[in-house]
Amino acid sequence: MSQILIKTVCAEHVNRMIKPKLSVMAALVAASFSSQAEVELGGSTSFEGRYFLQDAAYPGQPRTQASVAIEPEAYTEWNDGQDSLLFKPFARLDNQDDERTHWDIRELQWLHVADEWETRVGIGKVFWGQTESLHLVDIINQTDMVEQVDGEDKLGQPMVNFTTYGDWGTASAYILPYFRERTFPGVDGRLRPPLPIVSDRAQYESDAEQNHIDFALRYQNSFGDYEVGLSYFNGTTREPELSVAQEEITDPYIFPYYAQIQQFGLDLLKVQGSWLLKLEGIYREGQSEDFLAAVAGFERTTVGVLGTTHDLGFLMEYQYDERDNNFFATGQNDLMAGVRWSFNDIDGTEVLAGFVQDLDESDTYNAFVEASSRITDNWRWKVDAYLFSSDDETDTFYYMRRDDHLQVTLEYFF
Amino acid sequence: MQNLKRINTWFLLVAVALAMPAFADEKSEKQGLKIAKERKDRDRGWQNSVAEITMILRNASGQEATREMRVDTLEMEEDGDKALTVFDSPRDVSGTAFLSFSHAMEPDEQWIYLPAIKRVKRIASRNKSGPFMSSEFAFEDMTSFEVEKFKYDFLREDTYQGDKVFVIEQIPQDEFSGYSKQIVWIDQKHYRVRKVDFFDKKGDELKTLEFEDYQSHKVDGTTFWRPQRSYMYNHQTGKSTELVTENLKFKQDLDESDFDKNSLRRAR
Repeated sequence: MSQILIKTVCAEHVNRMIKPKLSVMAALVAASFSSQAEVELGGSTSFEGRYFLQDAAYPGQPRTQASVAIEPEAYTEWNDGQDSLLFKPFARLDNQDDERTHWDIRELQWLHVADEWETRVGIGKVFWGQTESLHLVDIINQTDMVEQVDGEDKLGQPMVNFTTYGDWGTASAYILPYFRERTFPGVDGRLRPPLPIVSDRAQYESDAEQNHIDFALRYQNSFGDYEVGLSYFNGTTREPELSVAQEEITDPYIFPYYAQIQQFGLDLLKVQGSWLLKLEGIYREGQSEDFLAAVAGFERTTVGVLGTTHDLGFLMEYQYDERDNNFFATGQNDLMAGVRWSFNDIDGTEVLAGFVQDLDESDTYNAFVEASSRITDNWRWKVDAYLFSSDDETDTFYYMRRDDHLQVTLEYFF
Repeated sequence: MQNLKRINTWFLLVAVALAMPAFADEKSEKQGLKIAKERKDRDRGWQNSVAEITMILRNASGQEATREMRVDTLEMEEDGDKALTVFDSPRDVSGTAFLSFSHAMEPDEQWIYLPAIKRVKRIASRNKSGPFMSSEFAFEDMTSFEVEKFKYDFLREDTYQGDKVFVIEQIPQDEFSGYSKQIVWIDQKHYRVRKVDFFDKKGDELKTLEFEDYQSHKVDGTTFWRPQRSYMYNHQTGKSTELVTENLKFKQDLDESDFDKNSLRRAR
């Protein structure tokens, strides 16, 4: 079943992928798997249904959406674990949105570890940052926007990474030889502007387009109660600016424009008793305006609330962005308040709920509830709800004001 | 004058009478501390260890769940131990790793690695009384024993499962501990902890921990004892957790660089 699924999806979208690189990867995988090394197999598959609470704002959009996804994983190591290879492809088949039916190589990475350094070569995923409501500093991987509206899913990024560490901290350098375009819901999908955003018509500042070689540097260290991260990125912005192509009056569309940028980032965390104080800030230059953006807040956890074994965490974060009008910069002067509730039961039940209020426009807000729990050791259910509201016709959430939805997922881990 | 003298005498007598148990306390406290120090001294020099642990969770209605994990531990000479725990099951948390630096007097430092989002998160370690992996073990029960963490009092000598034991009381010095006191049964021959009674902040009996099937391990000519089974029972909820240690090995090729955030990120 799963193999058929991958094949079908691959055939459909193979042109989008980097063919020469793919063959190199395939050779790498074959080479390593053919050795005597033991291969660990695992992964997950999921069944998901979405129900939209309102009628669609734009013609052709569905009220319900169903999809299946698979993310297998193969891992092997050799040289006493000093070398390892991880392969994690991903595919989703969606019954409504052709753009959401997609596949990706999340990871295909060779890791070599020495005493004071390590290298990672291949396709991988890197996370930077400390805050919860926005990930400003995190820039290596492109967002796989068709996956979830929370933007937490990422596309695999081709990279050569060198990391060295010691008492003085951890320093990493990244060469990123290929750019991944952000994914967007298609004409048959919800959670989009009135016109679909057409990734295939993307425009670039660099003549090299997707082949522009980006690079990034990062330093991270813990100083007692503090976690400090500094980062620098130079290359193609992960967050495009959107424009409407007017030349074709009969069939207008929105296309993403990817500028060349430099971004300086700072992330900080301080442990203050049962409080975690968090801050992320970036300065980015190269897009239509240079700007500062920041997010700062706290998470305070109480264990054993009301005589139970439950943990209850309160989160609050303030979001600031100098940009006035960017589709993706929704946190210009906004406040997020949320709760994280862990039951600490055998099923690992967890609920995260939050509310983000625009402090300039009282009618602009969004809210989410993400709940999950185990059914057996292999099955987990998830119920997510997302609500959007805005009366401001230029606001991102105005376009999604009728896209409130409930999403139920059953996930099987093997 | 006479009156005053009499009062003074009475006062002295009362004061002495009141002070008597205090003298005895000081003596038993010293004895308790001596036993705790001996317990720690006999457990110095094991360097590091790796083990596979099966955790069996049981609730009051008999529902049972099994968790598999691997634990690497590094002995720190002038500080609490460092430990890296990697979870293998249940499958949805497989690859999740937990790094902790325990300290005698300062708060512990803890990080968790979430493999799905590749994120290392710092944990507010003041929440030490919270449950470890939904078990009846609290985070503070999983950290290393350091003499400075408690104030001691020797209670009595006793017999436990046929062995002569010391019974001592230990009071956590950290105000954020979930316990008001612990009663510890330590055998006189090897200074191994055989049983612990935990009392909650209200002073009520909360949990009992029993160590069973102690095995001896030789490291550089010294003998170290480790229980193969630990059994924690919660008297207030009827829930219990059993830890079974398998494939315990000492003196592996581990050093401090195997217990940092980079090793946490690599753990699997």
